[in-house]
Amino acid sequence: MASQTGVLMATTFLLNGQSTTLDVDPNMPLLWAIREVARLHGTKFGCGMAMCGACTVHVDGQAVRSCVLSLSSVANRQVTTIEGLKSKQAKAVQAAWIDLQVPQCGYCQSGQIMSATALLEKNGAPTDADIDSAMSGNICRCATYPRIRAAIHAAASSAKA
Amino acid sequence: MSNSQISPSRPARREFLKGAGAAVTTLTIGFEWPGAARPALAHAAAAPTSAPFAPNAFVRIGSDNSITIISKHIEMGQGAYTGIATVLAEELDADWTQVRVESAPADATRYANLAFGKIQGTGGSSAIANSWPQLRDAGAKARAMLLSAASGEWHVPVAELTVDKSVIHHAPSKRQASFGSLVKRAAMLPVPDTVQLKDPKDFKLIGQRPARVDVAAKCDGSALFTIDVELPGMLVALLKRAPLFGATVKSFDGAAAANVPGVVKVVQVPRGIAVVAKSFWAAKLGRDALTVEWDDSKAEKRSSAAMMEEYRRLADQPALPARKQGDAKKAIGEAVRKVSASFEFPYLAHAPMEPLDAVVKLDAKSCEIWAGDQFQTIDQLNAAQTAGLTPAQVSIHTLYAGGSFGRRANTVSDYIVEAVSIAKAYGADGTPIKLQWTREDDIRGGLYRPMYFHKLEAGLNAQNELTGWHHVIVGQSIMAGTIFAAGMKDGIDSTSVEGAANIAYAIPNIAVDLSTTKAGVSVLWWRVVGSSHTTFAVETFIDEVAHAAGADPFTFRRKLLEHEPRMKGVLELAADKAGWTSGPMPKGKGRGIAVCEAFKSFVAQVAEVSVDDAGSIKVDRVVCAIDCGTAVNPDIIKAQMEGGIGFGLGAALYGAITLKDGRIEQGNFNDYRVLRMNEAPKIEVHIVPSTEKPTGVGEPGVAPIGPAVANAVFAATGKRVHVFPFSKSDIRS
Amino acid sequence: MNAMPPRKSHPVLWVLAVIALIAITVAGYYALSPKPTDFAGGKRVALTAYAQADPTGVPAELKAASIVTRGEYLTRAADCAACHTAQDGTPFAGGRAFVLPFGTIFSTNITPDVETGIGSYSDLNFLNTVHKGIGRSGARLYPAMPYASYTYMTDADALAIKAYLFTLKPEHAPTPANTLTFPFNRRGLMSLWSAFFNPDKRFRPNSGRSPEWNRGAYLAEAMEHCGECHTPRNLAFALDNRHKFAGAVQAGWRAYNITPDHASGVGAWTDADLAKYLSAGHADGRGTASGPMGEAVDESLSHLTPSDIGALVAYVRTVPSIAAADLPAPRLDPAPMLSADTTAESRGKSMYEGACAGCHGWTGVSPVIPLATLTGTRGVNDATANNVAQVIIGGGQRHYHRDSDNMPPFGSTYSDAEIASVANYVTARFGSKGSNLTAAEVAKLRSQN
Ligand code: FES
Ligand code: FES
Repeated sequence: MASQTGVLMATTFLLNGQSTTLDVDPNMPLLWAIREVARLHGTKFGCGMAMCGACTVHVDGQAVRSCVLSLSSVANRQVTTIEGLKSKQAKAVQAAWIDLQVPQCGYCQSGQIMSATALLEKNGAPTDADIDSAMSGNICRCATYPRIRAAIHAAASSAKA
Repeated sequence: MSNSQISPSRPARREFLKGAGAAVTTLTIGFEWPGAARPALAHAAAAPTSAPFAPNAFVRIGSDNSITIISKHIEMGQGAYTGIATVLAEELDADWTQVRVESAPADATRYANLAFGKIQGTGGSSAIANSWPQLRDAGAKARAMLLSAASGEWHVPVAELTVDKSVIHHAPSKRQASFGSLVKRAAMLPVPDTVQLKDPKDFKLIGQRPARVDVAAKCDGSALFTIDVELPGMLVALLKRAPLFGATVKSFDGAAAANVPGVVKVVQVPRGIAVVAKSFWAAKLGRDALTVEWDDSKAEKRSSAAMMEEYRRLADQPALPARKQGDAKKAIGEAVRKVSASFEFPYLAHAPMEPLDAVVKLDAKSCEIWAGDQFQTIDQLNAAQTAGLTPAQVSIHTLYAGGSFGRRANTVSDYIVEAVSIAKAYGADGTPIKLQWTREDDIRGGLYRPMYFHKLEAGLNAQNELTGWHHVIVGQSIMAGTIFAAGMKDGIDSTSVEGAANIAYAIPNIAVDLSTTKAGVSVLWWRVVGSSHTTFAVETFIDEVAHAAGADPFTFRRKLLEHEPRMKGVLELAADKAGWTSGPMPKGKGRGIAVCEAFKSFVAQVAEVSVDDAGSIKVDRVVCAIDCGTAVNPDIIKAQMEGGIGFGLGAALYGAITLKDGRIEQGNFNDYRVLRMNEAPKIEVHIVPSTEKPTGVGEPGVAPIGPAVANAVFAATGKRVHVFPFSKSDIRS
Repeated sequence: MNAMPPRKSHPVLWVLAVIALIAITVAGYYALSPKPTDFAGGKRVALTAYAQADPTGVPAELKAASIVTRGEYLTRAADCAACHTAQDGTPFAGGRAFVLPFGTIFSTNITPDVETGIGSYSDLNFLNTVHKGIGRSGARLYPAMPYASYTYMTDADALAIKAYLFTLKPEHAPTPANTLTFPFNRRGLMSLWSAFFNPDKRFRPNSGRSPEWNRGAYLAEAMEHCGECHTPRNLAFALDNRHKFAGAVQAGWRAYNITPDHASGVGAWTDADLAKYLSAGHADGRGTASGPMGEAVDESLSHLTPSDIGALVAYVRTVPSIAAADLPAPRLDPAPMLSADTTAESRGKSMYEGACAGCHGWTGVSPVIPLATLTGTRGVNDATANNVAQVIIGGGQRHYHRDSDNMPPFGSTYSDAEIASVANYVTARFGSKGSNLTAAEVAKLRSQN
């Protein structure tokens, strides 16, 4: 891990609309920069290797796994976390999540909601296959999958309305 | 963030009020039952098991009409907060929109799980079942006192008063008053000894679908989990543990780790070497830089394959009888047709979504713990022992847990004890330290669902009636060597045989034997515990017997359950809703059924699967029927069935923890595979209407899915699976 | 062609004669096959006669260093560690298994342990081993040890390596017994092999070429032994330099065509691409080194000086261009976003969406880790999907970047059929020509590593 010098370096990016400068190891995964430096705790740690989706955030509107994305690579880009969701689709997703009572333990749900929102922002009327593709990278150990699927369909129609 | 409102742990009333005041900003006056509080506590201390406790332990009402219900059970996804609040709010006639839930402090004198006796903790799908009478009584008494407060204020008979959504009405005088406005007066009144509970037909919340109290915060990222706890000056620790179970540190070199920017200290603790740092990332880099030499002399070095071979041999040796009815050997010996099969079940990890974590603030006189704590009383004891304090000096703030499935309820309190030992080694100077496990730590951290070998034999007579049943189970005991060992009778660990020894089918001759093994791998209950393997074996094998008898698996089971109305009820409901009799399915598809009793609930499931020519299984649809007595919150019950099915299905298809020369071969979700969205079936849940006492729902849904799928795979391919997970068997038709 | 045998003569003799004749011709053809640098033509002269510079030894910045430091650099350049270190074993203690068609052989312990290592080797023993493939006991080594390449190494460099190895902590590590079948278990045969295929000559610079080229040649042939993987072998397991660097399959991995052919080789790569790939194991838009090449970068190439990397590039550029029919020009444009996905393989797709898309993205251009970009890489543009499947099975555990950048292995929980289908999905979606790998082939690939 030659590149893990731990040397500090300032990285500036837009975090939930705010220009943010974090003065830490640029190799630090964005996840930990967000959680421990920017102190936004909604984004969760589940595997650290892009296998579970708990850490999903939006970078320039795309859903990405912040646990493997180094802080340096978001320099001057737009990062949105669950705390910064604003779009019509995001609100529709969150409303549907509450209406259908999706969460159980809730730990995966920030990531689920981020992935679902990114999907709806690109695709207003996703099919079940589209949902599989966009959501299968988000593990839910409580297996709330049937409700997630239903909630995405519900959010899609309410966001259109 | 209701859950972030943390109550102090000491029961003294003043403290309780302070804590409450500090916690619930909207609360101006704490409202307790002075009359009963102290006597009740004294009484509780004398004989803590005898319920009920003083109701003050469960509800506070503010002059602002806020209703704070204190949950003695952790919310880890199963819906306990909502269920508990529903039961109390029902009898209180509370306005649901004013209800918030707060986690109880660790205090067994007030908050013991009545199903566990003296212990405060959550498990065995007992949260609602054990709280049911206790909370109804607490709610009803609170209501009664508010009513008498109103009648006192208005000088009208209680009989003329009605309550609706936290408002008391006196129709004749058209007067009304909110709960909040009566708090002061009610607080002066004595607690009634007895109250009339509602007639179920008058229930307004129970049986309805009040929104979960935790859902909103779980949809905007504000719900507080242990990993989110931040305290002034807090440090983060990662622990390097031995790669082999039972190995210990021989020597280590922490120099490189100490040089990683952000690393504060490297300390040795009983379970390994901990790197304490300013951030997770620094601690992680520090731990990667550690070099540790381990002493493997006492470590478990076997491979799971070799252990399974030994289990297979043991299955033919004499074992302890867990059930003996009639003479199974003889019956099978005389049988016209014999059926036999053996099953292999692997170790399983719980892999809760939130890797284990705990925050500990330790000094010379106190130990304060923040955790998704499932076993408060036991964790208090273990933490005290590790810290060299008394249990009373250990306080626990129970936070939301990102799943558990049994993992956090362990008698050695592994993750709590680790955190305390690190805080101690660090200097016990009051610095808050958060121990964070990684996923690899979790998958390789032990306390697995034990590995088991099952051997079954059955005999059919000339009329194709099942006359003899012999079931041998080989595997480690979960209870042996723990504080629960006392619960073992004649060497039989009930968690090894539940679901098998109490098999409900009407068979004249039954023998169930248990051979308990020992291994260096630590084991623990895993969602639905014994039935996670016994139901699998029993329900797959009974299907094989039905096939041998030339009978339909559903009708064959129903016939054997004539005397078991509730079991038969769910079996018929599931079969009916799934269209069991709608004839055979197209090629490559199959239907399978399974039924069980677990945690006093009855569940049947019908699975429909497709198997492609490469032998990969897709479960298309699952129909589930459950009878769990009174359905407190049908939607949460439905959610628990959906979740249980997904959890059990993932394990049945892919789940396996294996050892090679003592090393765990899995580490993360790439090799410990779990169910994903695109593998999740359509699920229909049907709840049997009932007025019986509510019983467990968190676990029972897990048990039948594996065998239902196995039986469906047989229907689709003609192949029987006997080695699990399915991915280990070739089922190409 | 000799005269027809007399009619009376015994038919068997006749047959034997023909076989012998063919054998000799074939052997001769192989034996006469060009030596590694013959393609360059020109005149090869003695080191002393090449006045411009000494292409051997260490780069300028190390010339003054101690023999041990120089030896360490050369040991890296010769990549001894990769083969002489077992999975998670002590470096240089040997024991790594090589699964060959005719059995398994194990690398030896080259720490200075007297009993089980090379502790008792004299300089002559060491030179014989490295140059001739003759161990201290006189036993012949199998050419899995690339002595036919190391033979070009100067005595000075070989002895510097020995000097370095002798500074290592002696490890008592007996080499496991090889499991070769007859006749390959006859080490004696190897003397015959060597007679034919080991030139046993030291490196001779090409007087018509630049010092940089000659340095590159020395590094590539005598040290890094690139050809041992990238050059196909003949029936006698010797390198076939008529197809130098045209690509071959080694240890279950495909060592690709590194000739300047534009479509199937590295002709389209810039010098910077090649240099970055060799020194960092990754070049944007070209791919990431995995498997044996990943190890070569880890253990060897990433430790070379920029000047030496430059020399390697300069040299590789000059080998004759050879087109490999089954390696189409890589597709360089990202795949369309998912909505436009027309790829069939639905099961492979479901694997991909669950386990792969998080890092590799839907267009093949990784949204998170440059190392994970699939677009343009040779692996996904290889219609056999050989290396794609290998990476899925074993992952990519490299040392030279963040461990969270490493690809995790999926072999243990995903079935052969699943791995085949996801590999086929990946080549079809991101490559220029879809593969149709079968479960059986995946099973075979598993057995090879
Ligand atoms: S924590 Fe990032 S995908 Fe699991
Ligand atoms: S809700 Fe618990 S992991 Fe998804």
